[in-house]
Amino acid sequence: MQHHLILKIVTKSIVGIILLFGLYVQFHGDYSPGGGFQAGVIFAAAFILYGIVMGLDKVQEVLPFWVVQKLAALGVLVYALTGVFSLFMGFNYLDYSAFSPHHPEHGQHWGILVVELGVGITVTGVIVCIYYCFASRTPHLDDGEW
Amino acid sequence: MIFEHNFIMGHLNYWLFIMLMMTGLFIVISRGNLIKKIVGLNIFQTSVFMFYISIGKVAGGTAPIFPMDMNINPSILYSNPLPHVLILTAIVVGIATTALGLALIVRIREAYGTIEDEEISLIEADEQKLETQSQLA
Amino acid sequence: MVALLALRMSHLFAVVMLAGVFSLLSALLLVLMDAVDVAFTEAAVGAGVSTVLMLSTMALTSRVQKPIKKSNLGAALAVSFAGLLLLYGTLDMPNFGSNNSPAQTHLSNLYLTNSPNEIGVPNVVTAILASYRGFDTLGETAVVFTAGVGVILLLSGLRRRKQKSDSKVG
Repeated sequence: MQHHLILKIVTKSIVGIILLFGLYVQFHGDYSPGGGFQAGVIFAAAFILYGIVMGLDKVQEVLPFWVVQKLAALGVLVYALTGVFSLFMGFNYLDYSAFSPHHPEHGQHWGILVVELGVGITVTGVIVCIYYCFASRTPHLDDGEW
Repeated sequence: MIFEHNFIMGHLNYWLFIMLMMTGLFIVISRGNLIKKIVGLNIFQTSVFMFYISIGKVAGGTAPIFPMDMNINPSILYSNPLPHVLILTAIVVGIATTALGLALIVRIREAYGTIEDEEISLIEADEQKLETQSQLA
Repeated sequence: MVALLALRMSHLFAVVMLAGVFSLLSALLLVLMDAVDVAFTEAAVGAGVSTVLMLSTMALTSRVQKPIKKSNLGAALAVSFAGLLLLYGTLDMPNFGSNNSPAQTHLSNLYLTNSPNEIGVPNVVTAILASYRGFDTLGETAVVFTAGVGVILLLSGLRRRKQKSDSKVG
């Protein structure tokens, strides 16, 4: 896609907005529809859009392949370690009251936030990673072939 | 009982989703192209999702999100949030497994040079014949 | 309707696009049934990501479906039999939207009444997802992660291994 000037400019301006929206969905998931799964997919969609229009090399300058692989694992780790943390604080596994023992509701709030962050990171990592795997194999097609 | 208007209108949504499900299943069974099989599987999957959500719907209810200040009006009906949770995770797992299937298709194409069901089994049969011949020889 | 069209078409590009349209329409239906969170995900995943993935698979494989030679009578019979069984199963189900069906009376009431006090998060779906069913969600996250690992192994790991075995042979 070398000659699609309009697509490129629109993409450049829209990717930032998509990422911002992803952040909103991620951290406002307690109050409005949203959460880790949705935010992860939205983040990934932003990177995939950038990759499709600008080319795989450009998007891998921003987010290299090895970073994505580590992100996918990091999210699961964040989630699981949250549980281990509450074990160490003397609560059940994944009992978020551990985050503030005197005020369990706040603890639940924090716990949900951290866990959703973990989910979001994993989903972003995995989906971008899958896209990289597919796209790095694609032979270069002319636009006319479609 | 089956032919009452009330009963039919109350069950029409289930029947429609079952028809969609069967369309997806038919695509999976009858079409030889592997990508099309995946599309059929996705249609099947989505209709199962809609079936689940339709079980959780309460007439006159609204989305299960309380007001921000947590002043809950007990007269408001909320739909059942449990199917939403189950399906939410199922969708994301679904795309991950779909991607795995597509990756398998890409590998199959590289190994056999085709993604048609029957051609693959033809090639396999040929290979087996060759193997038995070489073993006999 | 769209699904039926996807059944008939043999041009794969159109089929994939129709699958995207189908997902988007089903997302609209989900909004109508109060599942805003789910609709959100379905729109992003079904209409966005999975369409991109299928298109990139097509770019790697082929764009046209070959015509089918064998008849589908057996498939049609099996499918309609399964469909009839399922239809028979729905005859016992409660009406759509009824307030006192088994699905509405047990667990969901518990969640709806207790979660404001126990969790204090306005979005009940998030509360159940992350807190009540935390173990489940941990498992789902692990499944997503495993699928990602599988795709990496299938699509990028083997090339390296092949080179290694080539060099061994050479």
